[in-house]
Amino acid sequence: MSDIKPRSLLYLDNVSVSFDGFRALNALSFVIAPGELRAIIGPNGAGKTTMMDIITGKTRPDEGEVFFEDNIDLTTRDEADIAQLGIGRKFQKPTVFESHTVWDNLELALNRKRGTFATLFYNLSPEDSARIDEILETVRLTARKDELAANLSHGQKQWLEIGMLLAQEPKLLLVDEPVAGMTDAETSETAALLKEIAKTRAVIVVEHDMGFIRDLGVRVTCLAEGSVLAEGSLDFVSNDPRVIENYLGR
Amino acid sequence: MISAFVFKSLDRNVSLCIAILLAIACLVPALNLLVPADNLFHIPTYAMSLFGKYLTYALLALALDLVWGFCGILSLGHAAFFALGGYVMGMYLVRQIGARGVYGNPNLPDFMVFLNWKEMPWYWYGFDYFWFAAIMIFAVPGILAFVFGWLAFRSRVTGVYLSIITQAMTYALLLAFFRNEMGFGGNNGLTDFKDLLGFNIQSQGMRASLFAASAFALAVALLISSAIVRSKFGKVLVGLRDAESRTRFLGYRPENYKLVTFTISAMMAGVAGALYVPQVGIINPGEFAPANSIEVVIWTAVGGRGTLIGPIIGATLVNFGKSIFTAQFPEIWLFALGALFVATTLFLPKGIVGTIQQILKSRNDKNRAISFNRLPKAKNAEKNADIPAEPLAAE
Repeated sequence: MSDIKPRSLLYLDNVSVSFDGFRALNALSFVIAPGELRAIIGPNGAGKTTMMDIITGKTRPDEGEVFFEDNIDLTTRDEADIAQLGIGRKFQKPTVFESHTVWDNLELALNRKRGTFATLFYNLSPEDSARIDEILETVRLTARKDELAANLSHGQKQWLEIGMLLAQEPKLLLVDEPVAGMTDAETSETAALLKEIAKTRAVIVVEHDMGFIRDLGVRVTCLAEGSVLAEGSLDFVSNDPRVIENYLGR
Repeated sequence: MISAFVFKSLDRNVSLCIAILLAIACLVPALNLLVPADNLFHIPTYAMSLFGKYLTYALLALALDLVWGFCGILSLGHAAFFALGGYVMGMYLVRQIGARGVYGNPNLPDFMVFLNWKEMPWYWYGFDYFWFAAIMIFAVPGILAFVFGWLAFRSRVTGVYLSIITQAMTYALLLAFFRNEMGFGGNNGLTDFKDLLGFNIQSQGMRASLFAASAFALAVALLISSAIVRSKFGKVLVGLRDAESRTRFLGYRPENYKLVTFTISAMMAGVAGALYVPQVGIINPGEFAPANSIEVVIWTAVGGRGTLIGPIIGATLVNFGKSIFTAQFPEIWLFALGALFVATTLFLPKGIVGTIQQILKSRNDKNRAISFNRLPKAKNAEKNADIPAEPLAAE
């Protein structure tokens, strides 16, 4: 199987889920190709976070299919399994281990065996150490590697979390509002970082900031009321009358 | 692999604490047995026994710290594992009485004769042998913790709900052990012990050996806990304490980590109970009382949770205070304990050891900042010292 290149990395078909009668996702379908960088926009309550919950195993869909690499059914796996398959997730609110140092945060994220026995007898190898240094360079936190993550600024925490996802070496990265609360300079640096990351793996970015999405310059999917409203280039999507009515025009 | 694992665990404070414990384990019995009673340095047997009891409490508090301080599981039922270890030891000691009981029955313990039972229940088999009892000291609390934890952690029960069900667990055991039909001596529990490993349990030599064994067990448990906490496993524990969902989405299974730690902790508590019972001479269902488990939480909080050494100091200090208070002013002890807990929460949220560590750390940070002579860094260090609300890291 391994020599056949998968046609789709992520495949959602007709996915629906309701919470207490509220239909958060309504027959949502889309496909992400291997190595693709995709932006997802949509008004509040469009189902963006629910979609991520479904892909990462936090929420089970009521109906529909979710496949990773063509034939791995994600609806039967739990969060830890899905993470080990190669799907990384960045939360909207930066979530790092605040009482660990920056270095330890990355060590924990590093893609090594996750079992209790393996971690109990884990010794930091030179390769692992080099890899952590490399990631520290990428996310520009080398100078602060021995500081507690709690002491980082908001933007640095976002970057540390992105660094942790890199350490995890996922095939698909889900990034929820990475530039919320960032300065303009940080925002454009983050765009550059994400484009760099997307060279070696697929990335899905959920974002409200249209300027940021223009920076990324990628294919855009607009969600509204739990299903896909429009898909295409940013210009194409933002000229769609339904998108203007549902999202941009407000 | 194992030696590297143990070696990594030895930071300065922990090795100091272990050295002190080992020194106590040799010195105190020597001062008791070898120095004549009229000498200034003689340690009286009652004092040695009293502090031997504190050492078992310290081991219990250490066990709780492992799950509460590092895993974030506030167990309000840890005394249950302590009591179970105590009952296992009690059963062995009861079997050692033999025909010397009040009824002189060589085959049945006194309380079974009293209840008119004709033969021993099956679960008493094997307790004639010390090796069997020694295995059970680990196995009984360990298996209970494993089954309980497996059900609770897999269902993702956390926080206050988990605390409540641990409390319910110890209460259920309390009620069960009160029943005569359970076959553990009912209300009276197990007592009137004679021998341990063939030696008279009241003898000075045995009391000294039990003291040494308690100090040694505490030192070993501290070494193991420290090794666990400082390994990558321990980092995962602190990670899931602070941000469980993050560990999950990184691919770790928090339930497995919690289960392993909870089981190890319960076994430590069981050993503590097993060393406690021969030193006090009795085990009864009162040890399962929910209040006991809550006291353990207070010792740990006073000493400093998440510091390993803190609970040892906390348990010893609070119980020393308790011994003095209950002798001098018995009616106000509970008020004093309550006040102590409130005062700790308000003024020393990190406990004694945690607060000392914090002061030392902020002083270090300031020194470093001054020596680098960089203003932004000094500001940062001050800022760090001002945010004590976050729980301490593993160190």
